[in-house]
Amino acid sequence: MASQVHQVHEETAALREQFDTAAQQRDASTLGMWVFLITEIMFFGGMFLLYTVYNHLYSDVFALASHSLNEVIGGVNTAVLLCSSFTMVLAIRSAQLGRRKSVMMFLVMTMLLGMAFLVIKGFEWAQKFQEHHVPGPSFHLAGTAMQGHAQLFFSLYFAMTGLHALHMVVGCGIVAFLLFQTWRGKFTAEYFTPLDIGGLYWHFVDIIWIFLFPLFYLIDRSKG
Amino acid sequence: MATTTATVPEQETYLNAGYGIKSWLFTKDHKRIAILYLITITFFFLVGGTFAGMIRLNLLTPRGALVSAETYNKLFTMHGVIMIFFFLIPSIPATLGNFLLPMMVGARDLAFPRINLLSWYLLVAAGLFAIFAMLAGGVDTGWTFYTPYSTSYSNTWVIATAMGIFIAGFSSILTGLNFIVTVHRMRAPGMTWFRMPLFVWAHYATALIQVLGTPVLAVTLLLIFCERVFHIGIFDPSLGGDPILFQHLFWFYSHPAVYIMILPAMGVISELISTFSRKPIFGYSFVAFSSMAIAVFGFLVWGHHLFVSGQSFYAGLAFSFLSYFVAIPSAIKVFNWTATLYKGSISFETPMLYAFGFIGLFTIGGLTGLFVACLGIDVHVHDTYFVIAHFHYIMVGGAIMAYLGGLHFWWPKITGRMYPEGWAKLSALVIFLGFNLTFFPQFILGYLGMPRRYYAYPPEFQVLHVLSTAGATVLGVGYLIPVVYFLWSLKYGPVAGANPWRATGLEWKTTSPPPLHNFDRTPVVTTGAYDYSTVIGEGAHVG
Repeated sequence: MASQVHQVHEETAALREQFDTAAQQRDASTLGMWVFLITEIMFFGGMFLLYTVYNHLYSDVFALASHSLNEVIGGVNTAVLLCSSFTMVLAIRSAQLGRRKSVMMFLVMTMLLGMAFLVIKGFEWAQKFQEHHVPGPSFHLAGTAMQGHAQLFFSLYFAMTGLHALHMVVGCGIVAFLLFQTWRGKFTAEYFTPLDIGGLYWHFVDIIWIFLFPLFYLIDRSKG
Repeated sequence: MATTTATVPEQETYLNAGYGIKSWLFTKDHKRIAILYLITITFFFLVGGTFAGMIRLNLLTPRGALVSAETYNKLFTMHGVIMIFFFLIPSIPATLGNFLLPMMVGARDLAFPRINLLSWYLLVAAGLFAIFAMLAGGVDTGWTFYTPYSTSYSNTWVIATAMGIFIAGFSSILTGLNFIVTVHRMRAPGMTWFRMPLFVWAHYATALIQVLGTPVLAVTLLLIFCERVFHIGIFDPSLGGDPILFQHLFWFYSHPAVYIMILPAMGVISELISTFSRKPIFGYSFVAFSSMAIAVFGFLVWGHHLFVSGQSFYAGLAFSFLSYFVAIPSAIKVFNWTATLYKGSISFETPMLYAFGFIGLFTIGGLTGLFVACLGIDVHVHDTYFVIAHFHYIMVGGAIMAYLGGLHFWWPKITGRMYPEGWAKLSALVIFLGFNLTFFPQFILGYLGMPRRYYAYPPEFQVLHVLSTAGATVLGVGYLIPVVYFLWSLKYGPVAGANPWRATGLEWKTTSPPPLHNFDRTPVVTTGAYDYSTVIGEGAHVG
């Protein structure tokens, strides 16, 4: 009975010594990433809570301030990110099939799309500086007397999209690392857990944007 | 090495698996990382304790005996910051939990050993930030960083301190993440959830709080940082921001943080009570689930810190009601521990003395918690020494008592040596008496109206303050004695067998100190925790 249950440590290069089997290692790594993503949800959650409260208190000013954001650029950026998630999935699918070259190609595409998002975002932010929509002494939003409330909108906008962009930068770094590991031939059709959990992280950062986009760009557009 | 082990044949242990500073600083062994944590938090305990000593000295006379009012503000702030974020939160989980949790579930290591080492480095980096802030001039906001004082008015090192706590939070998160995955995925064959020691259940519940709560503190501190640097105004009333939102976010973590401190302590106490009464814990599953219940309820009560802050009356009612709920799982634990003692074959070794101390002091701390959870009474005692005494009974009388009890209990496993029992019993007694002398007078002080965080007070409070300071002196001596004899025992302590307490639990089934990978062969578990019929008296208790 005992020897039947007792599993011996499988000796393979990718298996770390604390694990008995490759399946155990994969399950542990995946669970670890999910738990980490839960902490990320709580991390962003604090800011979403602040957004909710202030949007509730100052809904008119928030709707007005929202109109100063360009929903077309925001929409294009959303599409760019969704495409990057798609190429990430294709990279993992290629890994499952053991096609190293297409894994690398799709990872490069993912990274380029991620960078494209950041570049577009950068232009958007730069425009806000020119329009005096950055919180500070020279802040001004036309059409409302409640400049303080409008500043709160843009404080939240910069804090939340900034934090999201920071996660995108980290994500690009992760994809670059995965690309390097793929190039070195670390992954096989049997072992590609880092790609899997790297992909989880990438999708998570995407999902954060999927919430940020309507919350900041699409408030009350019907009246606009 | 051979000179010290004349009586035992040289065996392979985690301590002689490698020598030199690099073998420690780059170790991935959870046991060595636990030792690194032990040294680190002992250092922070001494720093935080020094601040406490200076606070108590200053309060010897009504007009402040030692320092200026500004310095006093910095002293209590840094006492709180160091003790909470750099001692109490890592204390039991990062040392005893790190060392024991993998062994208790029959694993060779935690699921992510490198992340475990990273979490220690993060704590050290965080500590450097905090120490820099202290040396550069300190911080005076109170450990709670309430806005707008912390964002707009304080001219002290708020950012450095907040960054230190921010980084320490990631250390805590990674420890929790590691524990959760280890408990889910690394249990030995036959180690079902309901065969796990209650220590593991308690740490699992703690890890859930660390993972769910700490990120909220992190983002809150990040916003404090942004407020001070970029003046973004999220909590600034002049822009329409709400400072009370800061308090909500802060206490959403910082109240559950109390359970990060006390749940692992409860896990330790369950092991001690069972071992030294040689009985399985009465109502095992109730004690296990009460840990989970505390973790869940703990997230629903933060508003009781805001009774007088201007939150809505109905929120106050709800939070008061929910706060009473936490008493239920806490009381279940205390009742089940005492029921375990019934007809047990009780012995009074040092760890058990600490366990008894814990039960008594935690009960006082818990019951006075009901006072402050009550809306009407809280208005009277809010921000007074009554609250100070209440949470020190939980954190010092509870968490530190259990930490010391656990340290004595597992010392022979960690080091392979017994501590001197006579000195240990004496210091346990000194700590118990010193603790009560320090903090019981503070209940009375607070009830009479002495506010917390004041560096001066009316002369009629002096007798109680002097008593408290005298107690703190006794307590300080009590804490120093174990430091001396633990170090002494490393070389001169009697050699402990694999299982000096004849305890159950997989950690006692391997040698002391354990080998590098904990077990020569992965153990197969066939019985529940606390099955004393299977324990063979081996290496009978020495000292």
